Amino acid sequence: MIMPVILWTDALIFLLVAITTAFALYARRKPHLRAPWRHVVCSRPGSMAVVILCAYIIIGLLDSLHYRLALESNDAGAETHYASEVLSALDALVGPLRTQTEKTYSAPFATHLFTRETIQQPEGGQTREYPRLKYGGRHLQNPAVDARADILRRSGVALAQTLTAGLAVLLLITLWQAHRRQQAFTTMLRTILKRRSEVPWLIIWISLSILALLIFLAANLATAYHVFGTDKVGEDVFYQTLKSIRTGLVIGTLTTLIMLPFAIFMGILAGYARGWIDDVIQYTYTTLSSIPGVLLIAATILMLQVYMANHPELFETTLERADIRLLFLSIILGITSWTGLCRLLRGESLKLREAEYIQAATAFGVRHSKIISRHILPNVMHIVLITVVLDFSGLVLAEAVLTYVGVGVDPTMNSWGNMINSARLEMAREPVVWWSLLAAFLFMFTLVLAANLFSDAVRDAFDPRLRQH
Amino acid sequence: MFAYIVRRAAYAIPILIGVNLLTFYLFFVVNSPDDMARLHLGVKRVTPEAIEKWKAERGYNKPLMYNEAAAGIDRLTETIFFEKSLKLFAFDFGHSDDGRDISHDIGQRMIPSLAIAIPSLLVGLLINISFAMLLAFFRGTYVDVSGVILSVVLMSVSAMFYIIGGQFLLGKLLRLMPISGYDGGLDAIKFLVLPVIIGVISGIGSSTRLYRSFFLEEAGKDFIRTARAKGLKESRVLFRHLLANAMIPIITGVVVILPLLFMGSLLLESFFAIPGLGSYTIDAINRQDFAIVRAMVFLGSVLYIIGLILVDVAYTVVDPRVRLS
Repeated sequence: MIMPVILWTDALIFLLVAITTAFALYARRKPHLRAPWRHVVCSRPGSMAVVILCAYIIIGLLDSLHYRLALESNDAGAETHYASEVLSALDALVGPLRTQTEKTYSAPFATHLFTRETIQQPEGGQTREYPRLKYGGRHLQNPAVDARADILRRSGVALAQTLTAGLAVLLLITLWQAHRRQQAFTTMLRTILKRRSEVPWLIIWISLSILALLIFLAANLATAYHVFGTDKVGEDVFYQTLKSIRTGLVIGTLTTLIMLPFAIFMGILAGYARGWIDDVIQYTYTTLSSIPGVLLIAATILMLQVYMANHPELFETTLERADIRLLFLSIILGITSWTGLCRLLRGESLKLREAEYIQAATAFGVRHSKIISRHILPNVMHIVLITVVLDFSGLVLAEAVLTYVGVGVDPTMNSWGNMINSARLEMAREPVVWWSLLAAFLFMFTLVLAANLFSDAVRDAFDPRLRQH
Repeated sequence: MFAYIVRRAAYAIPILIGVNLLTFYLFFVVNSPDDMARLHLGVKRVTPEAIEKWKAERGYNKPLMYNEAAAGIDRLTETIFFEKSLKLFAFDFGHSDDGRDISHDIGQRMIPSLAIAIPSLLVGLLINISFAMLLAFFRGTYVDVSGVILSVVLMSVSAMFYIIGGQFLLGKLLRLMPISGYDGGLDAIKFLVLPVIIGVISGIGSSTRLYRSFFLEEAGKDFIRTARAKGLKESRVLFRHLLANAMIPIITGVVVILPLLFMGSLLLESFFAIPGLGSYTIDAINRQDFAIVRAMVFLGSVLYIIGLILVDVAYTVVDPRVRLS
């Protein structure tokens, strides 16, 4: 028995998913909306970025399905109680990663703890040695000798699985494409492998295979070892960095979702209405943008902290508290980042309202609301989209900085910012504890790089000025 | 020109009033001074007397906007709004929550901040412009493509990784320079080298890519073709015609951040323990010192607005086609 828990950010994420799906279904049937997206997928960096981003988004979505487990009770008729700990579908999927905690630091693939401990020998006397880990390499009889062979064997299994899965995927892609284009299977296969297909299927297939390799490696190794080591309290670093994905995605996407209505409405209104409305809106965004972003965020989050400290009764679990703070962080980031888009939209609508087709619409007596929704909005959407995609990677990076400054996500929440923050002290240790930093770096870098490549592809596809060259 | 600057400065006043009201609202209306006192003194087991004492020490024990107990003009001046918010306009920042003079601290901490910010800016500009020109010169070749890929990779790395990695590599492994710290006078140089290097490196990716697009934009224009057509050497086209014109957006982009250099860099200063305004701000945030954060918000906005005015002036200086009116 489980009880689903829907946090605020979960609800907003599902809303975002619903909006995106609705738009995708709508755009499918409109050739002019489909064309630029096709352009994105057809560019080589773009197609690679899409695959990577999809993997991250799937993990993030799985981590957004929260629930609470029912506690076992002895008498059957009693009301069921639920555990106070909120889990997610991702937790269920990775299972042992969450629960297999060691005592303290241990290096990646280690079988022994990172620090010495005093151990009572059975025949009396004490020795100081590195004790065996509770879970890492538990199945090995003689870890010093067997560990390397075991890791190689498991990697080999992962490689074999990847090859099988990879070939199966290639087969499926080719079959599908051959069926769609009414071509022979071998002709299609040759087209794909020689990179002559319009959508770069070879690149997509290679990215998928690399992804599959990583997943199989994780599945084979992470259950028996701590692939990225453990942190100070013995928690698996790989698990932490997987959980951090959701935080990064939430900051990157919800901020945008929150700021968009403001920016679009105010920007178009200012440019279209002009006069005193324009003055007021310009004044508002100039004032907001003249406060350095970090300081405004710091001031607001400080005030939120004061409010939370004085109203502890509003938050049932620590997760809820952390979640509200994450939501507020997104809102505040949204408030500080809508000004740029608003300014762009104002300029564009100032230009558009003088365009002949809008003059014509006005002359025919079309209502203002209709002109805005039918003629102006569709013509500024490419600016909105480019800004949104460009902002995403910046927001993921900003999370880490803000968390370090102390005004980011809650310290109890898994996030790359928190991982880097603790890694700062670990790097000063002797010998160095480097794996937390490495894990955070790899996962964050991949996401940001994919987002940057994706945003370049989107800009190339949607910016009419760039398309002319 | 002078009249224009005066007019622009006058236009800045309503914006500053807006900033002031916003900070006042954030710091005193969203949460009352009582809430702040409770946060500082610990939420539980705090007596009303202790709160009153805390507020009196910091001058938060007055009414917000209007003092009914006072007489005459004091009704308006003996308030938190006047004491804490309006006085910011006179750059009277008052005292921090632990009783230090904020204006004095700011004056002192400005110098280390500038000692990092100015060299980073200059060295960074030199390197980024050279790289961007190089890529623009080789545009369309493998040099250009790999350079662009490299800059995308570089800009995908968080600044914090550059700092931690640089500290570890140059400071701890190679022992070339101290990991962190600061000293007065010329001794400061050895502490400043590492932050400046890291500050420059962390900015290379995004700036090179941006500047490259400026160069390419100008390179496609007619006057470049004319310059080549009349037989100018490629180096002369590049430096005399291309660089001069591509510098316009670069310079205006730099001028707008010039005043903000005073605020220092939050990350660099706090990682390298440099007593500048950036680490001052971070410390204040961590100690939840509202007076300092309020002062920095106001100072930051003033500097940003000055930057905007400077940009307009810079436009007329570097681009004779632009006239102020």
